[in-house]
Amino acid sequence: MSDTVTRAEPAAPTGSATAPAPTESAIAQMPLAKAVNAGLRQAMANDPRVLLMGEDIGPLGGVFRVTEGLQAEFGPRRVLDTPLAESGIVGTAIGLAMRGYRPVCEIQFDGFIFPGFDQITSQLAKMTNRHEGQVQMPVVIRVPYGGHIGAVEHHQESPEAYFAHTPGLRLVSPSTPNDAFWMIQEAIASNDPVMFFEPKSRYWHKGPVDLSGSAAPLHSSRVVRTGTEVTLVGHGAMVTVMLQAAELAAAEGTSVEVIDLRSLSPIDYGPIVASVQKTGRLIVASEAPGFVSVSSEIAATVTEMAFYSLEAPVLRVTGFDAPFPAAKLETVYLPDADRILEAVDRSMAY
Amino acid sequence: MAETVETVQLLSADGVLQQGAAADEYLPFIDALGDDDLKRFHRDMVVTRRFDVEAANLQRQGQLGLWVPSMGQEAAQVGSAHAARDQDHLFPAYREHAVAMVRGVDVLGIIGLLRGTTHGGWNPAESKNFHLYTLVIASQTLHATGYAMGIALDGLHATGDPLVDEAVIVYFGDGSMSQGDLNEALVFAASYQTPQVFFLQNNHWAISVPVSVQSRIPLYQRSAGFGIPGIQVDGNDVLASFAVTRQGLDAARAGAGPRFIEALTYRIGAHTSSDDPTKYRTDAELQRWVAKDPIIRFEKYLRTRGEGDAFFADVAVEAEDFASDIRRRTLELGTPSTDKMFDHVYSEPHPVTSAQKAWLADYESSFGDDQ
Repeated sequence: MSDTVTRAEPAAPTGSATAPAPTESAIAQMPLAKAVNAGLRQAMANDPRVLLMGEDIGPLGGVFRVTEGLQAEFGPRRVLDTPLAESGIVGTAIGLAMRGYRPVCEIQFDGFIFPGFDQITSQLAKMTNRHEGQVQMPVVIRVPYGGHIGAVEHHQESPEAYFAHTPGLRLVSPSTPNDAFWMIQEAIASNDPVMFFEPKSRYWHKGPVDLSGSAAPLHSSRVVRTGTEVTLVGHGAMVTVMLQAAELAAAEGTSVEVIDLRSLSPIDYGPIVASVQKTGRLIVASEAPGFVSVSSEIAATVTEMAFYSLEAPVLRVTGFDAPFPAAKLETVYLPDADRILEAVDRSMAY
Repeated sequence: MAETVETVQLLSADGVLQQGAAADEYLPFIDALGDDDLKRFHRDMVVTRRFDVEAANLQRQGQLGLWVPSMGQEAAQVGSAHAARDQDHLFPAYREHAVAMVRGVDVLGIIGLLRGTTHGGWNPAESKNFHLYTLVIASQTLHATGYAMGIALDGLHATGDPLVDEAVIVYFGDGSMSQGDLNEALVFAASYQTPQVFFLQNNHWAISVPVSVQSRIPLYQRSAGFGIPGIQVDGNDVLASFAVTRQGLDAARAGAGPRFIEALTYRIGAHTSSDDPTKYRTDAELQRWVAKDPIIRFEKYLRTRGEGDAFFADVAVEAEDFASDIRRRTLELGTPSTDKMFDHVYSEPHPVTSAQKAWLADYESSFGDDQ
């Protein structure tokens, strides 16, 4: 994995209405969805082998408008409105990758990924291994995931663990527009399949994007708030919730450090273990159900790596082990700052 | 599913080349073949049959975990494989031993899959574009379709030069017709008008389930519903299998869109060495198909063309030598290095596989010389 993404010369993106061409120290304010769009545009401008494929991603720009304008700009041969078939999307992306293309598939909603599950886990993930390294699979699968949008069944799920359990896949999830812009380009540059989990509840939140900056390593975690007494770890939309919790905890006199995982497979344990060695307490938060989850994996591994630093058991604050509920109950199901603070109190009480 | 009135047949059951309106469309493809081509068809069928027998024996002797016999399907495979041009890509399921043979693959790679030394066995880029076997039913139909979409995006079909234009042929069986992936592949192929032939070997049995449970109509007729022209061919007729496939691939490479071919054939052997077909099909049915043996039929045809005993004896010797060589090399296959478990999980460095590989090396070395 290259640590930085090679960027085109400033003139490369053309006709862009949403992302200005990179110039020196160009900081743009844009929502996360537009940052993914800008990153996709940059990757397509840099490499003619990059293709987008998915349902409704052409003239409509996707149901979340993440690909808005890209078919008009790059044409229908590079932005493919596909038939409505997730296995077909992933399976043909595998064939296109064999041909030398770098397909970026959009799965419309988290809960709709399962018709493509076999092609992702039995084919895409194993293809390089089956070929003993003689074939590479530079395929990105973009998945708008998670709750907080008040949607109907199958539209608010967090299925990361199914894929994190599968060797051969890489999983990442940006929490900010800047990360979204850079990480999508790094994911496309990867020669391995990357599942790109986009926190859909953050799509419309603006933040700065450093168009002239450089990307952090794709699979690195990052301390986003420093603290001394408790460490919080999570990804995607949960980062915002953790930061709220840390602010509230500070008002109550507890110093909380917050780490944005950014990568779910592999997990960058360096900053996490360093933080736990400082704080002695770890809480892992996620929207996904906790049983056999990424949160469980982190709890087990940090316990192995930093056992003598821990002052309390690693605690998990997760979605309940129930189907994602009807939308009127989602705020109860999804961990909020108060549930994280309850765990902070329990941890501190040990 | 029985033959229909539309079934293309060029060689009668007793090996006589058919004439007349039904055959005329295809005979030019046969006329273009030379004696060496026809002898090669025979040789490929006979050597594959002998390879299949040898591998089945190796399995019974404990040298393979499993064997997947191709006996009876040689004509459909050899004819269609020879119809592919050098630049074409072939996506098999897992019973296409004769196709592998035609494309020059070292079929010891197939042995390796079933002995347990590899999940792959060959490099498609170095094997005349013969892709790896795929064991999940119909998964490869989508890979083939995506590959054909790539050919179209590259502009490497419909240039007007059949020696440059590329096409894809994907193999699958009657059981695949019920799988979602094949149906999605047909949808995508039709949508993007891929340069591609879907080649169904209807061997009449999906393990123990007869094709009558998969479909109420002849399977090739389904393709029309996808907007893809379909045709049924006598899959035990190597010449018809060749001609129909050559016509379909050349139409696809010329830009006419995908084609669907149903080759009627029969799995003379078991589904695999773990299967017991006596539990679900009658000996009378089996014997009806044994009587249609594709190799015997083609030998009769070659003899009417003047091939004598010497040629057939030479092929038999070549087949014996081939089998002996496979046996010898099978027994020489070693145990793969444990590094193989880790080295290609990802193309790029990965901390988990690296750490586990290093741990295993330390663990194994901890036993010293006693391991």
